[in-house]
Amino acid sequence: MPVAPLDLLDLDDLLTDEERAMRDLVRRVADDAVRPHVAGWYERGEAPVRDLTRTFGEVGLLGMHLTGYGCAGASAVAYGLACLELEAADSGVRSLVSVQGSLAMYAIWRYGSEEQKQRWLPGMAAGELIGCFGLTEPDHGSDPAGMATRARRDGDGWVLTGGKMWITNAPVADVAVIWARAEEGVVGFAVPTGTPGFTAREVRNKMSLRASATGEITLDEVRVGDDARLPEARGLRAPLSCLTEARFGIVWGSLGAARDCLHTAIAYATSREQFGRPIAGFQLTQAKLADMALELQKGWLLALHLGRRHDAAGLRPEQVSAGKLNNVREAIAIARQCRTILGANGVSAEYPIMRHANNLESVLTYEGTSEIHQLVLGQALTGVSAFA
Amino acid sequence: MNIVVLVKQVPDSGAERNLTSDDNTVDRGSANNVINEMDEYAIEEALKIKEAHGGEVTILTMGPDRATESIRKALSMGPDAAVHVVDDALAGSCAVATSKVLAAALGTLNADLILCGAESTDGRVQVLPHMLAERLGVAALTGARKLTVDGASLTAERQTEEGYEVVSAATPAVVSVWDTINEPRYPSFKGIMAAKKKPVRTLSLADLGVSADEVGFAGATSAVVEHSKRPPRSAGTKITDEGTAGTQLVEYLVTEKFV
Repeated sequence: MPVAPLDLLDLDDLLTDEERAMRDLVRRVADDAVRPHVAGWYERGEAPVRDLTRTFGEVGLLGMHLTGYGCAGASAVAYGLACLELEAADSGVRSLVSVQGSLAMYAIWRYGSEEQKQRWLPGMAAGELIGCFGLTEPDHGSDPAGMATRARRDGDGWVLTGGKMWITNAPVADVAVIWARAEEGVVGFAVPTGTPGFTAREVRNKMSLRASATGEITLDEVRVGDDARLPEARGLRAPLSCLTEARFGIVWGSLGAARDCLHTAIAYATSREQFGRPIAGFQLTQAKLADMALELQKGWLLALHLGRRHDAAGLRPEQVSAGKLNNVREAIAIARQCRTILGANGVSAEYPIMRHANNLESVLTYEGTSEIHQLVLGQALTGVSAFA
Repeated sequence: MNIVVLVKQVPDSGAERNLTSDDNTVDRGSANNVINEMDEYAIEEALKIKEAHGGEVTILTMGPDRATESIRKALSMGPDAAVHVVDDALAGSCAVATSKVLAAALGTLNADLILCGAESTDGRVQVLPHMLAERLGVAALTGARKLTVDGASLTAERQTEEGYEVVSAATPAVVSVWDTINEPRYPSFKGIMAAKKKPVRTLSLADLGVSADEVGFAGATSAVVEHSKRPPRSAGTKITDEGTAGTQLVEYLVTEKFV
């Protein structure tokens, strides 16, 4: 009886009953609400984001690692396991949950006023309201300090001008967390997307994360009151701390995409016959499978270590960088290797591998490119910064 | 309304199931044990009644230690508490004995409504709700596809092969449900976290005043004497259409009593 790649070392033993129950719940929700449909969404370049958000809100997935305001208050490990199960279905669907919970909700939960929390978080946790997070700009990706979006004081309120690019959930969002440069430095706002001057155009021409809504936000003299400003956010450190939260989810999530590829490749290899026997019996195939299973489990152990540390003491940014750098890099390598096992069928939309591989190209770049994470680690190791 | 839902832990009907070779009972050690699917519909119905009319929902399970997993899973959907009847002497109990034990446990719970699945996916005998109602001296509304509660009055649409019957009774009563009655909710993260703090009371046979020789293998009124694996499927009959295939197909369906 073959053993599933993640059961090889009985790693489940390292989880509590509660963590396993939460993992099983997300797997069930993904099996019911995502898997049967996601290939079609991907092909059409659309996803029912609002319906999915509501379904995820019902079980408490959105902002599940936050406390109060309708959030479940689960552990970081449970959140990571949820990301893994979601991304095993599709990285775009995991992105929806990451952006809602770790970026938009976390920014308001961590840096917002009590009024802002009361206004937005319960609805966002329930999946009735969708949030997005505007930091990246068309001309400012890895170097957000150079942002061109401006916040100018105007009487009691503020006027926001500029644009944001590659913003997940933006076309369907009810509230956008927008980061802008003001006289006193970088400031953040929770902007209702219906505010005059705010527009979000859907980015359609992408070959990755096609089951996810991506937008370009234009801020044309958007007037908001001072009550929209996140009062506790001071400087670039605030949005960067949100990214650290979201990256933690990716450390786990990317392994989900890899696991799904490996499952697919093993199932294919055991049924596909060449030269009169299943290709699973060929040594080159087995060597590939063994190596991939090793990387998958090493990545999982790394993710669990970071999760346990997160729950006990919190994580330093370079620790999350280590996780994201390793796990996304290995996940994409696994996806590409699995593609070779499926031969020509590997490029077919009948199988999930090419979808996962294409998705992981975005995951490799967003929330800090691999190169930036190498530089973060390089700085931690040498004390010398290469990028500032 | 005080509602008790009977929940049975069964081997996953989606996986391969076996009987043990020594005593012909279900091999639970090798099986992935889950909540009997139909019982999830009973839990959902109980929660809906509680949401509409108030009250408390208690899970009642008879089963070995490991049935605790299923009790926690059931609690994560939203019920308030659970009672677990666990005793080594219960192994091998027949339906008659099971109904005796559950009736004794229900005697301590003061239920207005006892909900359960219409059958379990392992035993599939569908007799327990009736036996239980008989022992408790209350009405049995079985095989419900719809249940309406109006004060102390219950009305159920009882699913039959031809359609449905409308039956009603006053509480307390036993109601068994089919999977047509509702769509069970997912547990929630909050529910999973709350479940571990909910009270689960364990009761032994001694607590219930039932003697060990009335239950288990000792008191069983029926027993599985032997079992064997279902033979592998044989190849089907292939009908090549030479103008009479339609007639042959109809004859086959009639012979097999499908029509």
